[in-house]
Amino acid sequence: MIKNIIISLLIILTLSNVSYSAAKKGGIVDNYKAINNINNKASLQRGAKYFMNYCSGCHSLKYMRMSTLAEDLDIEETVFAKNLIFADKKIGETMTIAMKESDALIWFNAAPPDLSLTARSKGADYIYAKLNTYYEDDNTATGFNNLALPNTSMPNILAGLQGGQKVILDSNNTPIALEVKSKGTYDENEFKQMTNDITNFLVYVSEPAKLKRYSIGFWVLLFIFIFTIIAYYTKKEFWKDIH
Amino acid sequence: MSEKNQATGVIGWIDERLPILSFIKDHLTHYYAPKNFNFWYFFGSLAFLILFLQIFTGIFLAMHYKPDAKLAFDSVEFIMRDVNLGWLIRYMHSTGASAFFVVVYLHMFRALMYGSFKKPRELIWLFGVFIYLALMAEAFMGYLLPWGQMSYWGAQVIINLFTTIPFIGPELGVWIRGDFAISDPTLTRFFALHIVAVPMVILLLVILHLSALHTVGSNNPDGVEIKKHKDENGIPLDGVPFHPYYTVKDFVGIGVFLFLFALTVFFVPEMGGYFLEHANFIPANPLVTPEHIAPVWYFTPFYSILRAIPDPAYGALAMALSIVVLFFLPWIDKNPIKSIRYRSSLFKINLFVFVIGFLILGWLGVKAPTPLYSALALRFSEMYFIFFALLYFYSTSRSNFFSYLFTGILLSLITIYDITRITSENYLTVLIGLVLVSIFVIFMTITPLYTRLNTEKQVPDRVTG
Repeated sequence: MIKNIIISLLIILTLSNVSYSAAKKGGIVDNYKAINNINNKASLQRGAKYFMNYCSGCHSLKYMRMSTLAEDLDIEETVFAKNLIFADKKIGETMTIAMKESDALIWFNAAPPDLSLTARSKGADYIYAKLNTYYEDDNTATGFNNLALPNTSMPNILAGLQGGQKVILDSNNTPIALEVKSKGTYDENEFKQMTNDITNFLVYVSEPAKLKRYSIGFWVLLFIFIFTIIAYYTKKEFWKDIH
Repeated sequence: MSEKNQATGVIGWIDERLPILSFIKDHLTHYYAPKNFNFWYFFGSLAFLILFLQIFTGIFLAMHYKPDAKLAFDSVEFIMRDVNLGWLIRYMHSTGASAFFVVVYLHMFRALMYGSFKKPRELIWLFGVFIYLALMAEAFMGYLLPWGQMSYWGAQVIINLFTTIPFIGPELGVWIRGDFAISDPTLTRFFALHIVAVPMVILLLVILHLSALHTVGSNNPDGVEIKKHKDENGIPLDGVPFHPYYTVKDFVGIGVFLFLFALTVFFVPEMGGYFLEHANFIPANPLVTPEHIAPVWYFTPFYSILRAIPDPAYGALAMALSIVVLFFLPWIDKNPIKSIRYRSSLFKINLFVFVIGFLILGWLGVKAPTPLYSALALRFSEMYFIFFALLYFYSTSRSNFFSYLFTGILLSLITIYDITRITSENYLTVLIGLVLVSIFVIFMTITPLYTRLNTEKQVPDRVTG
């Protein structure tokens, strides 16, 4: 318990001003902030489930080994294999996809990117905003546009869950709000929870070591702290005759 | 028989064939260091520690890293995920690179403060600047290896500097890259240089740096020579044997350093994008230029100087000069007083302004240029060089004539450059900048004639405290 409090304090103390130039669009996109807690295993498990159901058809996680995933998320390998591996794959493999890049280019005009490191290159808030800021736009091929990534070629996969959103513009054509037009399967909070779970999962995937490094770091710091105190008093003892 | 042959047994057998005992004696137990080292004297031993941390972690990284443009990025992620504690080794190495520069900058600042580069320590300083140069090369080549977007485009910017050299530039660029663009041959040669050639050069220079140091002895915060006052056995009165006194003391410094180091490695290894840049988690793509290319933080002061002058060739020249000037420091500042403690108020102001300016240049280097930032970068680049000019000026007390002549020359140089670039759009920023820099220069060079701001203090005979 005390250890966890100290670790949380350390994380808060050392939180620096993280800036992702790619994610900074200004305007209402900045209101979409993911709430990350990769120690929330339930959230990660739900995120993994949503990812496999809605995202993994097109997006690979080519650096994520499934056995590592099962172990880190406390999912038994048999359960994992039965519920989360859809293609003909083994649990020791990484999460690649069958879609060929050449096909993807024809179907979507752009290959869906691998998402292994997106949370590190563009930030968690970007992913969360991307999933939440789709709005109807007749000028695009998919019928939807996106505030976090304007003119995205990714279709609005989650439209049925969220309900279609409409953008409200001010007199300068700047978006000032998004409004759910038709009701989806999920209500607003359920949808936010779901997209947050997916974001949280992708944050974990971008750096699985994050699950371990905080708790190992605590013991390392404790060791160095004790070492330094001993070193300090040793030094004091040796130097007491020097004036 | 001399003392060193007294050992018996295995140690004695070895010592008759290899002078290990006299080595330990000369460099540890009977090497006398001034007893008044303060906080600023931890950074030499810390730099030494980091050098070995980098070599140690580097060996393990090289076991799993693949120097191949097709495999490099994936192999780094393999280390981060599938190698046991690979993430720890990699974060130690990446944090170690930044820590190295933090420690080296503080070590160099110590030398500026206490005049450690002055006679008889000129060679120590020269080897030190060479180490700093080798370290920059080492860091630059190491940064290409993860083969991310910033690795690629950062290297692109730096290599393009060499192509601005007249006549041989373009061929030189091809020679460095091994290709017409940065590609696999560039990666493989940078790998070889990063893990074999440059580390060997650094190790050799460190040996020379330390040998020169142990020949003349350490300086100290008072800047007095402890060898001037010895007891009847020839031992400096103000010296203590390096071992055990400074070994136990350095362990305290190592403890504090390792605490901060571990805090970074385990809790903020990216340091908000300054130690590991966000865009470097995207594989190198020669077809997509990142929106904003910023070098890693330790290069940014020099990057600012480079960008301050619009013409790339002159910018590169200014940047090269800003590093070359360091080599001449012992011959620029000839003031016999070493320590800041006994130098004038104006010297202190000069050093303080220099440090602030260097930090601002570093901050500007990570920002995308705007007209205001570019104007600031130019002025602080000028201030960087003015620091050295003033160091020369304060070498001795100057006559009225020399003071006015010196001020006139300095201000003319700045004004002439401003005249060449002034336009109807930028005249206001140019004039404000020119006035501010001029006020500073005049204050620093003319006030000694009318005030006591340039009075120096009496240097004590022995160390204080």
